[in-house]
Amino acid sequence: MTATPGQTIGPFFGFALPYERGHELVPPSHPQAVRLHGTVYDGAGAAVPDALLEIWQPDADGHVVQRPGSLHRDGYTFTGWGRAATDNAGHYSFTTLEPGPAEPGRARFIAMTVFARGLLNRLFTRIYLPGGALEADPLLATVDPGRRDTLVAVREDGGLRFDVRLQGEGETVFLSYPRQT
Amino acid sequence: MSEVYEREPVTEASSDAAVSSQADITAEIEAIGKEYASVGVEETQPRLDYPPYRSSILRHPTKDPHQADPEEIELWAPVFGPQDVDPLEADLTIAERGEPIGERIVVQGRIVDGDGRPVRGQLVEIWQANAAGRYLHKRDQHPAPLDPNFTGVGRCLTGADGSYEFVTVKPGPYPWKNHYNAWRPAHIHFSLFGTDFTQRMVTQMYFPGDPLFPLDPIYQSITDQRARDRLVAGYDHELTRHEWSTGYRWDIVLTGSARTPMEEQ
Repeated sequence: MTATPGQTIGPFFGFALPYERGHELVPPSHPQAVRLHGTVYDGAGAAVPDALLEIWQPDADGHVVQRPGSLHRDGYTFTGWGRAATDNAGHYSFTTLEPGPAEPGRARFIAMTVFARGLLNRLFTRIYLPGGALEADPLLATVDPGRRDTLVAVREDGGLRFDVRLQGEGETVFLSYPRQT
Repeated sequence: MSEVYEREPVTEASSDAAVSSQADITAEIEAIGKEYASVGVEETQPRLDYPPYRSSILRHPTKDPHQADPEEIELWAPVFGPQDVDPLEADLTIAERGEPIGERIVVQGRIVDGDGRPVRGQLVEIWQANAAGRYLHKRDQHPAPLDPNFTGVGRCLTGADGSYEFVTVKPGPYPWKNHYNAWRPAHIHFSLFGTDFTQRMVTQMYFPGDPLFPLDPIYQSITDQRARDRLVAGYDHELTRHEWSTGYRWDIVLTGSARTPMEEQ
């Protein structure tokens, strides 16, 4: 069957999709809480104040979580999923746990979906955690070395920074998956 | 009506410039449509690079997406349950003080994956303008009335057969600033999840026979008519309720699941 087409999220999702503590996969007081944040830029280097970002990740042990409760944060249940809109400066911020590797020695990453006004369909990417295991990652091995850094978060001030560049210099590597057409 | 101001060449990709006329935009849409027809390769999704939609100019990636083999986390999707969604959230006409103004409608359909399997118990989120074409959003400056009894936000979880249903009012068309005298066809935004992370999508449902279709660069960013038709709900008299509401049916197909049956629980 042919998939239904996507469309832009438009400018008016702000009253509908963001929800209370959507960006807090764990409370900031959690002992292993880490801040994952960054800025979304357009092709002219201007910040994008009307983007929506979602992340989806394994838990700290690298296990996929299949627990409800993402829309109703109880402060204790880690669901692995979160949603954050960019602010007027194009900045987003999540509070989460660093995911464990799916298997020992594998690179660790958080999956991300990007939506924005002006973006006619969603984009997928990966936020890799910096570290030695990146060398052996099968996806990174196939990415142009000059663009690999766009997929890797920067460790900074005890948190992780990951900027998204929709277009132009330093354009983020976006991903497509089999069976998407 | 004559042009009230002189048009300048489009040098800046701003959605608020409104420098082009509808005739300019329509000509661009038609030129892309002709080019698409002459190439003869079917497209099923919107183009990300679609200049008639001015705000896409600086917001589309210029490089082709990189093919990824999904890893374990990408083969699964977040799970939502009764603690996430109240069943009453599927009825957008419920308000504390009274009923919203407008044409009451039921929108019902099924969500299946690329193999036709129902997407069960999954989250569906919608948002829309009210019957006057106004969103409950601080950036919506359209001088049409807000409705104190209508937020235009709904959610539900799909049933065991992948079905969803919302009760709402038909949204109005509304003006925007892509170009001079630009109007969006009436639509409801849908946010959808599948069984895999890779199936995540956001789209818009339209109403049949909208005269604004040929003029709208967002709808037309899908260059193929059959693909565009997949976003248009059908009027369904079976869903229309006696002396209560009219009914529309809109079925949704997500992309294929990459998970093998072994991984299914």
